[in-house]
Amino acid sequence: MTGMDDFRILKAADSALVFEFGTAIDRKISDRVLGLAEILNNAGLPGATEIVATFRSLCVNYDSLKTTGAELEQAIVALMKGAGTSSQIRRLWEIPVCYDPEFAPDIEEVATRVGLSVAEVAALHAGTQYHVYMIGFVPGYPYMGDLPKQLRLPRRRDPRTRVPPGSLAIATSLTAVYPYESPGGWHLIGTSPVRFFDPDSANGSLLGPGDSVKFRSVAAGEFSRICRAVERDEYEPESREIAT
Amino acid sequence: MIPVLKVIAPGFHTTIQDEGRRGFQHVGVPVSGALDRNGYLLSNALVGNAPGAACLEIIGTGPELEVVGASVRVALIGSAGGGLEIAGRDDAFVGSGRTVRLARGEIARVRLGGDAFCSYLAIEAGFDVPLCLNSRSTYTRARFGGFSGRPLQGGDMLHGFADDAASREEVTFSAPRDLALDQPIRVVLGPQDDYFTALAIEELLQGSYIISPASDRMGFRLAGPELEHKSDYNIVSDSIVGGSIQVPGSKLPIILMADAQTTGGYPKIATVISADLPVLAVRGGGRTVRFQAVSREDAERISRAEHQRLTKMIQDIRPESSKLISLEALYHQNLIDGVVDAKV
Repeated sequence: MTGMDDFRILKAADSALVFEFGTAIDRKISDRVLGLAEILNNAGLPGATEIVATFRSLCVNYDSLKTTGAELEQAIVALMKGAGTSSQIRRLWEIPVCYDPEFAPDIEEVATRVGLSVAEVAALHAGTQYHVYMIGFVPGYPYMGDLPKQLRLPRRRDPRTRVPPGSLAIATSLTAVYPYESPGGWHLIGTSPVRFFDPDSANGSLLGPGDSVKFRSVAAGEFSRICRAVERDEYEPESREIAT
Repeated sequence: MIPVLKVIAPGFHTTIQDEGRRGFQHVGVPVSGALDRNGYLLSNALVGNAPGAACLEIIGTGPELEVVGASVRVALIGSAGGGLEIAGRDDAFVGSGRTVRLARGEIARVRLGGDAFCSYLAIEAGFDVPLCLNSRSTYTRARFGGFSGRPLQGGDMLHGFADDAASREEVTFSAPRDLALDQPIRVVLGPQDDYFTALAIEELLQGSYIISPASDRMGFRLAGPELEHKSDYNIVSDSIVGGSIQVPGSKLPIILMADAQTTGGYPKIATVISADLPVLAVRGGGRTVRFQAVSREDAERISRAEHQRLTKMIQDIRPESSKLISLEALYHQNLIDGVVDAKV
């Protein structure tokens, strides 16, 4: 472990270096993680095999037959010193969601607990632009934030063993969509018809770390229409490039 | 698509695996691939495949396969006692670590033997399944890659890149592979060793752990001395690599393997060095693991030495008969036991 300025370089044996910028979920920390990811992806460091961003750290996997941890550490620290703060081009997505209680098993309970109506919960959730901190848990699962303060609740005391795919969920300061059926302890406040992960596509995941997301509330009728278009592979949510 | 083998019985958990799926961990896709990378490499090398070819990873019990192509050359790598039982042949049993050519209609039963948790069956030219995110590895949890994203089932038709294997002398290794079942598993402490008490680090390195039978391609759960956290056992999610040793609230370590999720919220006390991941992978439920701490520089040196050892083992693959007529070996035998006339 090497202490240096305000980040730490940790070791994952001879498999990876971990650049840790903090221990919290924080937009400033995330921006530093994603900024370094961009620098390293552009630099194409010899021996580095894969770069994985999380909330507060960047994991640089390497092939110990092609480089050494010490060599790679030096090269990365030098790149960090040389890099200025440039604005980055990111993608802003508009994702349709149906917040009707029929598609949102927990929205009434959430509304009661935070002292708002179901419509107000939906409007607050859809009225916020979210930052994709990282993708993890299962392929394509986007951890997004920050949730408006009024909607923040701890995770459910009794996690579900099966959360249906497409479920829009909230917990603590975060929101996410489950791309696959899986166990889950978050509150389900809607369903999105969009496919968040497609192993037959070139990149697999719809979203990437650093993307921005806004949700658009749709009624049950439009939800069904989009579902059918998704099944025919004829639907892609709208997105555009933005500078951050 | 060339049909090569038909699955008569699938075995307990048989999947198509290759070197793994690299480049998608940042969108939550595990690396997958062969648990025991060395077994995978050696099985492919025996049948003459280029690195990267897909083979079968076999866990638990072996499959029964019928040849439907004109012929196919196969090799099994696993326990010393494992091998292929070929129905209707006089010399029905072909041990692991050797190639054999099977003709259309022949049925091979894979016998695993008791040593290795995972075994590998390669065919000449490799198995042909569609590339999914640049890899043929099966990731069963999200049901993609490999054969329809799942373990094999009876009736499955496996395709290959060749319909026929040329007749030639079969090959084997110069010396059998050592599974090193008693070797300590070497680790580098961290990345979150500072979340643990000094006693916990000592327990990890002095204690002895048993791999739980509930272990699978996602992780090996260990039973043994509890490892105390300094305070909290929850961290804000951080990345995982193959060999990360995470310690959740149960205080018992879990070693994360090929199909583990890419991020996790428990501190990782240590990481298994890359050279020892295959050594760990071949031990399954019920076997013992002891850990030994090394530096990162040691880990890198060991990784290079291990690569050289494997390269040498592959270079020394030789025709089976060359062993039988090795003059040098005969000569030594004469000197030692003196049974054969040395003037022969």
